[in-house]
Amino acid sequence: MSYLEIASVNKIYGGKVHAVKALDLAIGQGEIVALLGSSGCGKTSTLRMIAGFEEVSSGRISLGGQEVHRLPPGRRGVAMAFEGYSLYPPLTLRENIAFALKGEKLAASEVAARVEEVAHLVEITAILDRYPSSVSGGQQQRASLARALIRRAALHLLDEPMGQLEPQLRALLRGRIKHFIRERGLTAILVTHDQTEANALADRIAVMENGELQQFDTPAALKERPANLFTGTFIGEPPMNVFDAEPQDSGGRLAFRLGEGASLDYDAGAFPGALRERLAAGRGITLGVRPHAVRIAEGGLTAQVAANQWLGDQTHISAGFAGGTIVSVRHDRADLRQGDRIPIAIAPADLHIFDRATGRAISHGGQLA
Amino acid sequence: MTHQSPLERLLRGLALVLVVCFFIFPILWIVLMSFQTNETILRSPPSVVFRPTVSNYAAIISGHLDSNVASMGIEFMRNLMNSVILSAGSVALSLVLGVPAAYAFARHKFRGSEDIAFTLLSFRFAPPLLVLLPLTLYFQQIGLADTYLGLIWVYQLICLPLILWIVRGYFEDISPDIEHAYRIAGHSWFSTFCRISLPLAGPGIAAAALLAFIFAWNNFVFALVLASADKQPVTVGALAFVTASGIQYGQIAAAVVLSILPVLALALYAQRYLVEGLSLGAVKG
Repeated sequence: MSYLEIASVNKIYGGKVHAVKALDLAIGQGEIVALLGSSGCGKTSTLRMIAGFEEVSSGRISLGGQEVHRLPPGRRGVAMAFEGYSLYPPLTLRENIAFALKGEKLAASEVAARVEEVAHLVEITAILDRYPSSVSGGQQQRASLARALIRRAALHLLDEPMGQLEPQLRALLRGRIKHFIRERGLTAILVTHDQTEANALADRIAVMENGELQQFDTPAALKERPANLFTGTFIGEPPMNVFDAEPQDSGGRLAFRLGEGASLDYDAGAFPGALRERLAAGRGITLGVRPHAVRIAEGGLTAQVAANQWLGDQTHISAGFAGGTIVSVRHDRADLRQGDRIPIAIAPADLHIFDRATGRAISHGGQLA
Repeated sequence: MTHQSPLERLLRGLALVLVVCFFIFPILWIVLMSFQTNETILRSPPSVVFRPTVSNYAAIISGHLDSNVASMGIEFMRNLMNSVILSAGSVALSLVLGVPAAYAFARHKFRGSEDIAFTLLSFRFAPPLLVLLPLTLYFQQIGLADTYLGLIWVYQLICLPLILWIVRGYFEDISPDIEHAYRIAGHSWFSTFCRISLPLAGPGIAAAALLAFIFAWNNFVFALVLASADKQPVTVGALAFVTASGIQYGQIAAAVVLSILPVLALALYAQRYLVEGLSLGAVKG
């Protein structure tokens, strides 16, 4: 039995909007999990159902072996940082943070020490005695985060906890907060639409789209072995290049025919027999390849450069290729102009093959999914 | 603030003075009248030069109305007391009923909630006299006619919709997550309502209560029909000054001044709440 278990949970708003569809998630104690998805994918609804601000339309949620989905929020033992900060305006930041401990009947000195500790963690020590209306959005957000982290709750829910912070501070706080949560053995669920944040903080990431869980896995597995085309294209920056392809197996060679007569031609030995059989069944497939794996090398297929952007630490080259656009990333400056012809090479180990009809992954780098 | 030339400032000041004079004039005239005898009030042409007298106030407070023909007793101070009881009582009842209702309408969307809220507002649309006739008959049957309780009940038609709609707008302005943040720290719904929502909506509630008080205070027709002499508020009580021997303008003026004083004091005290409450609550509600 997992620590937090979400079992076939549905959320339907007003009998019409199906925001969360048959969600199953099992999270272990001490784990940090990110719910990742675009706006309206159901991640915040999920978080609010765990907190108790939204009722589950059907399904169960249990925390630490106890069913909690019928309990009022105050009795679930959950702490939460809200996306809109939600600080209480008549109180100073210090009082707001200490307010979260009201229910625990601690000595004043203990409360003061813990407020100092979390305030130091999120860098708001200097402004503790100011009121929410007199500090910036980023500072309010950090106070809201501190108010959640100060509690020793069974579960910490963080809704876009760093959305308003400047990049340097965000990077600093990610490290500190992860350490803070680890050190105390806390369990946390983080809602974000920022993959970097999810990758940096979470042990596992649940990718959601349209209210459905797409994949729940470690950051590395999401990148290397996406379960379907959605996860494949959603995770990774810049996004994965995808092309519809027709496989052609002619004994010793395996070719993927792309649009406009382009064809990726490989030695069939690079692909296991089971995969070749699967491809021979003739269903349409979609090929995916990460921009980092698209190399510009002699003897490759021809592409025509459409844009060449140097981002300060890497170059994004987008080029017209096989009727679509392919993006290649390299870490040096490239002396290429619009209209130049470049040879594109893709190694068989970098190919992700998806079923075109269902979007499900068939193979990653020659290994069946 | 943009820069203004001295001329602009002068014109602006002049315009303000004109507006203030226009609105304050009736009140000023009444105050002047209250210090005059009937003879000086009625002389033609009228003049602002007169020998002030406090006899009007003395007559009203002592309850003896002396005209040049006869002497009669009036109970204006009792009317004033009735006004206080009726207005304060009905506002208090409206707050007890209206504030939790406003919270429910603001926070919980349930089937028919908008319809119920609108129905409550529609009390304000009905012409009072149309409601009063059947109400009088009912009140006489169930023994509520001519009681403070019955009057306070009817005054809910004035106070409740006002408080409900202004306070509702105020509750809607408070982010629900502020309440959630308190609830998740282990507090019940009710303590969240008392500790978080009520204090945050405080200015709006104060403004709504003040407005309701003023409307209740100024009500005439409900009390005229439903209350007998000993329950009448000042608005109805002022009719006693229209006597067989003429209209006692000086005493009416003094009575008017006395009856606006409590509301004026209250309004001045709560002025900033009033403006803030109206602009924040009612507009969005």
